[in-house]
Amino acid sequence: MAHDSSQDSHVAHVDHAAMGIEKEHPTWSTYWKVAVVLALITVVEVWIYYVPAIHDSRAFVPMLLTMSAVKFITVVMFYMHLRYDHKLFRVLFTGPLIIAMTTIVGLIFLFGKLSLLN
Amino acid sequence: MAHAAAAHSAHDTTHGHPPTSTGLDNKKIAIWAFIGSECMLFASLISTYLIYKGRSLVGPYPHEACLPPVCSTPLKAILNIPVTSASTFVLLMSSLAMVLALSAVEMKDQPMPQGFGARLLRSSRLWLWMTALLGTTFLGFQAFEFTSFVHEGLTLRTNLFGSSFFTLTGFHGAHVTVGVLWLLTLLAIDYRRGLGPKDALNVDIAALYWHFVDVVWIAIFTLVYLIK
Amino acid sequence: MATTATAPAYGPTDSYVGKSGIWAWLTTVDHKRIGTLYLFTSLFFFIVGGLEAGMIRWQLAGPNKHVLSAEAYNQMFTMHGTTMIFLAVMPLSAAFFNYLIPLQIGARDVAFPRLNAFSYWVYLFGAMFMNFSWFIGAAPNGGWFGYAPLTTMQFSPGLNIDFWVIGLQILGVSSLAAAFNFITTIINMRAPGMNLMRMGMFTWNAFVVQFLLVLAFPVITIALVFLLFDRFFGTNFYTIAAGADPLLWQHLFWIFGHPEVYILILPAFGLTSEIIPAFSRKPIFGYPVMVYATMLIAFLGFGVWAHHMFAVGMGPIGDTVFGVTTLLIAIPTGVKIFNWIFTMWGGSIRFSTAMKFAIGLVALFTIGGISGVMHASPPADLQQTDTYFVVAHFHYVLFGGSMMGIFGGIYFYYPKMTGRLLSEKLGTWHFWLTFVGMNLTFFPMHFSGLLGMPRRIYTYEAGQGLETFNLLSSIGTAVLMVGTLIFIVNFFRSFKAGAIAGNDPWGGGTLEWSIPSPPPEYNFARIPRVTSRYPMWDVKTPALTAEVPHTVKGDTRLDVDVASKHTGHAHPNPVGNEPKQVAESGMHIELATGESAKDLGIPMPNPTIKPLLCAAGMVIMFSGLLFIHKNNMPLALATIMGGALIMIVSLYGWLLTPLEDAH
Repeated sequence: MAHDSSQDSHVAHVDHAAMGIEKEHPTWSTYWKVAVVLALITVVEVWIYYVPAIHDSRAFVPMLLTMSAVKFITVVMFYMHLRYDHKLFRVLFTGPLIIAMTTIVGLIFLFGKLSLLN
Repeated sequence: MAHAAAAHSAHDTTHGHPPTSTGLDNKKIAIWAFIGSECMLFASLISTYLIYKGRSLVGPYPHEACLPPVCSTPLKAILNIPVTSASTFVLLMSSLAMVLALSAVEMKDQPMPQGFGARLLRSSRLWLWMTALLGTTFLGFQAFEFTSFVHEGLTLRTNLFGSSFFTLTGFHGAHVTVGVLWLLTLLAIDYRRGLGPKDALNVDIAALYWHFVDVVWIAIFTLVYLIK
Repeated sequence: MATTATAPAYGPTDSYVGKSGIWAWLTTVDHKRIGTLYLFTSLFFFIVGGLEAGMIRWQLAGPNKHVLSAEAYNQMFTMHGTTMIFLAVMPLSAAFFNYLIPLQIGARDVAFPRLNAFSYWVYLFGAMFMNFSWFIGAAPNGGWFGYAPLTTMQFSPGLNIDFWVIGLQILGVSSLAAAFNFITTIINMRAPGMNLMRMGMFTWNAFVVQFLLVLAFPVITIALVFLLFDRFFGTNFYTIAAGADPLLWQHLFWIFGHPEVYILILPAFGLTSEIIPAFSRKPIFGYPVMVYATMLIAFLGFGVWAHHMFAVGMGPIGDTVFGVTTLLIAIPTGVKIFNWIFTMWGGSIRFSTAMKFAIGLVALFTIGGISGVMHASPPADLQQTDTYFVVAHFHYVLFGGSMMGIFGGIYFYYPKMTGRLLSEKLGTWHFWLTFVGMNLTFFPMHFSGLLGMPRRIYTYEAGQGLETFNLLSSIGTAVLMVGTLIFIVNFFRSFKAGAIAGNDPWGGGTLEWSIPSPPPEYNFARIPRVTSRYPMWDVKTPALTAEVPHTVKGDTRLDVDVASKHTGHAHPNPVGNEPKQVAESGMHIELATGESAKDLGIPMPNPTIKPLLCAAGMVIMFSGLLFIHKNNMPLALATIMGGALIMIVSLYGWLLTPLEDAH
């Protein structure tokens, strides 16, 4: 049965239903801003690696982990548009993510590598 | 009380597929389930890397030099942060290219805007090529890194670091490679019959895979390269 | 009153037009046929695993016997475990997932029919690959859990472990692919009106199992990759001399292995939760609690893995944490036991064979659960671990639990699949011989275990108090074999000689009983709209569902209209029921009419050989690795590349071909 395109005149001719997009769709402006943010954070991460004062401090690892988490969440929310999609996808992703992270932490603990987490 | 339905009219319109329970497409649900499994796959690889961190009996080591008597010849710290930072940046930008490719596919049937830049944004082929190119550049960086490590004395077999590092980054690289092949297939389809809004779903699936592979690298870059 | 009294006499339905013969089965993408393939193959391997058990019990029937050498014994118990878990119980569950899930949710097939076929062929070829090892005298011999470093090249230089590692990797692909398929199917293809809390209990349990598969299999994939790389490429993951940790394998394996046992039991629980309400003429007691308990079991199941490792020296914190989580997981499991009992309480019970097996599961799993709780305490487990006490525990839950549930499911659903009933007389013999044989085999193991008989020993000395217990176990095994033989006879005879079943021989409440037995190719001529979690009882015996939440009609909670409101567009693709038609079709019973999908204008997926070819290519690719071990690199590369080529070409063909003809 052909797609009835007459219904779609007010939005982009996109299979929104199938893509599960309910709220607004990100624009080019959002995309390049996200790219700039990702690049900047990466620059900061590498920069603090080379600053001995920070690199050798106890704050180094938490700072890195936080920045990476921000990059991770940003890509997932905006580029993988989890922010704009049906709730179901958020559930399908966060569940395994939580189990994965708990497994990593559990194993690190069991192998006596807690020092990695400072 | 319902009764047995023994007869159907020849043009019973309840034929075919019922609409989906959620209004979402099957493939999109499946790819997210697949991404969930990939979380656990890479979690296992990353955990092993972290478990074996600092436990190699012989060098080369990631962040420290290896000096006699542990190593017969002195070996410098083997990870190259500047080069890997560059490759990380390349991969991040490939995600931008991917997102633009998807956007271009979605907007294919809309009237072209004015302005060279705006029109450039609408070229699905350009952005698919860019994504594939950036992805291949990343792989090039990886190949360069792997070969230089081998020359400096680090192989899969050398020590725990070699085994866990090459396996982890190798699996990631294999995922990138599959992604690049997927993008080239999409490009082939684009050249053959053109990609339009009806293909948005398939491009979206490829994009989700691609972004996930990028996101895994974010984790690897921090945990392997930046944290000692 | 049911309309089956006026049903036409059963005759071969024309619904599968022109679709018989070997080629039809090789190219099928129909979930019912794939389910049937799984059923036959897994029953075959159940017998293979049983014969392997028979050899074990013959060897152990008395002290110092010489039926099997120590090496042969190692292969026998390794293959018994591996076969039963991966080639028998899991695929038996898959048979039910395949056959039943679309029927229970009111769908015409699964979300990805070709991927479904692919899963089956990968399983079959993987099973053949692994068992091929017997013919060259190199069957896997490192236990079904394959602990490294024992299984590294240094200590296991032969091909045995290669077959095991490669075989399990192959089987993992099958399970993962199926999991993505069923998750999508259950989320997205339910009939109108069937929100999640109206799904059949079997579908719920199956749904949770798919998530367990998705999360657990990648972990063993990596553990096996590490072992494969160690064996073939000289990496150091499990090489103690290079500083590797001897516990890495164990942790990775059991992070998979513990969810795996819930993968093994939850489908049987689901079948039990269908059988008991049907034969008690009562809805399941506490449906929401059963659902939440299943989810809790799955979630907690990821936090208990190291209870398999209480003897390795994890330290007090590790031991305590895992001991506590293991005790906790007994709670939702116990809740299910009580809910089954309360379902039967006050019900009008019929002791059909299926019901006997279901009640058997409740009783025997409880016994297995009790010994399991005993293992949960680390100090107590130090006495029990690696003894036959543990063997007793897991056989009570795996045989007394999974297999009893699966047998019950076979008696319950055989009529749906074949249109004929299994003989109740032979079924009763099967049940009692199995029940007695199972207890005779495994109960004595509690005692020999506590007396200190270790696991995985090929013989034992006289005079340690072990002879009687072992002899009893071996006699029990013989009883089990007789029971199984009777079952096989029943299974095959009833194809032609069984009583005609009709749509609903048991008076079941769920959707699968509303269509003919066997169902037509398209399952439902018109997709029904369900009004509660027991749509058939709503229609036939409304008194039974008086206290179950439901609507008579007009519940639009899960509906085309709702879905389109949600997204702003009516679902454009694929062909849909017009909302008006759906609203009017309602819940109905369909009788066998012999109409084909074509007659009804229902587009069906086209059969294709590509999933089989892709599976074959993949297995050939993997088996090429064996030649590396034999130092034949050219042949290895040729096989790997050849297999990969077949796989990729057929995969591209498959992905670029539409599932159905344009419509």
